[in-house]
Amino acid sequence: MKTPIVIATLAVALLLQSTIAGMSFTAGSRVNLVLVAVIYVALAYGAVTGMLGGCAAGLVQDAIAGGIVGIGGLSKTIVGFFVGALGAHFIVSTPVPRFLMFFAASLVHELCFQALYALVEAHGIRVQLSGALIQALVNGAVGITAFMLVERAPEMMQRDSWRRSSTVRRRY
Amino acid sequence: MPIAERQSPSAMLDIRRRTGVLLLVIVVGQLFLISAQVPSKSGVPVFQAVTFGAFARVQGGASGFLRGIGNIWGNYVWLRGVRAENEELRKQVTDLSVRLQEQSALAQRATRLQELLTLQTSTPVPTLAAEVIAGNPNPGMLTITIGRGSADGVQPDMAVVAAGGVVGRIIGPTAAHAARVQLLIDRNAAAGAYTERTHSGGMVVGVDHDPPLAMDLVSNMADVKSGDLVIASGVDGIYPKGFAIGRVESSERGSGLYRAIAVRPSVDFSSLEEVLVVLVPPRSAVPEDSVPAPAATVGTGK
Repeated sequence: MKTPIVIATLAVALLLQSTIAGMSFTAGSRVNLVLVAVIYVALAYGAVTGMLGGCAAGLVQDAIAGGIVGIGGLSKTIVGFFVGALGAHFIVSTPVPRFLMFFAASLVHELCFQALYALVEAHGIRVQLSGALIQALVNGAVGITAFMLVERAPEMMQRDSWRRSSTVRRRY
Repeated sequence: MPIAERQSPSAMLDIRRRTGVLLLVIVVGQLFLISAQVPSKSGVPVFQAVTFGAFARVQGGASGFLRGIGNIWGNYVWLRGVRAENEELRKQVTDLSVRLQEQSALAQRATRLQELLTLQTSTPVPTLAAEVIAGNPNPGMLTITIGRGSADGVQPDMAVVAAGGVVGRIIGPTAAHAARVQLLIDRNAAAGAYTERTHSGGMVVGVDHDPPLAMDLVSNMADVKSGDLVIASGVDGIYPKGFAIGRVESSERGSGLYRAIAVRPSVDFSSLEEVLVVLVPPRSAVPEDSVPAPAATVGTGK
């Protein structure tokens, strides 16, 4: 069951990211939903899943976006692996650590991405710090929101169904 | 949503190992992928270039290590018989050095003899080659001894020349197979001479300083410059006319009637080994009315 969920998560993230980027270039550059999905999968399922998910999602994202296929894949592979490994060692079940993880992982991803491009194209690293920080903040916000939604949705659905059933019992 | 499952320590270790390998495989695979798309400056894919560079360093290191091992083995371990061989080679080197010096000396001697032969054949007067067999035992007199004497027709006051020019004259008495030669640079020697350029006549004498020759009795009015060739005039009745004596090194106006002229000899007196004795008996001094005043006194030295 894990694999379909992971694939679905990444696929939805890819779809949403391309949709948002299609609607607004600025909005598309302010958030990286595929990266958020990779970090989420890594935190939820561990280093191996994060690594494989990051590799697959990054490669697909590279292929769709154009450019050199593999740079995004490699960056997300590294991020997925280390986020998964750190998530297994530290308690990241509350919003603040999760936010910090999303934030830090986004910055690391940006650094890896730009460093690899710099290596390949033989120029210096060109990281736009303000843009990277904004994207990291937005990614963190989206990430903890996603966690909250996923974790509380069953509870809320259960409460709703319980409320509905109790109302029916009272009526009869 | 499930969080990473708790596992036994050994299982976790196994997973970590496998995860590391998997990460490595994925990373390397993606590097290959990137490399395939990006050519380097030389046109070779980046990964190939990087791998080749890294592997070349490893190869260089391995090669250096093996070479070092080989050197240690060859230079320090495998030294059987090297000491004896070294001594033998040292002996050979010494022997060959001696031979080389002998050959070099022979070659120099051959060159000198060749020059002397050339002089002998080009000189119109009869000459006799002689070997210098001894130097001067008395520091006060600059003389040499040659291996020719009265038995060879050598007589006192005969001129002695070398390839460079005038050497000196035989001073008596002569032995049957040896004779003493007074060098021209001796302070008691003198020879009639003139400059080739202006034919300014005078007398060349030996002096005690450097250069060891001076040309006296040349008028202050005469035109003598540095570099002028000084040659024997023959008026002294000993030295044949035309043989080089030296070159003027400095020529200054003197305080009296005559110029102060320093002459650098054309013969290297420090390395005389073979000379030619001019087999012409000394003639009496030229009548005074036909020669310049200075040369008339020159015949047998100062």
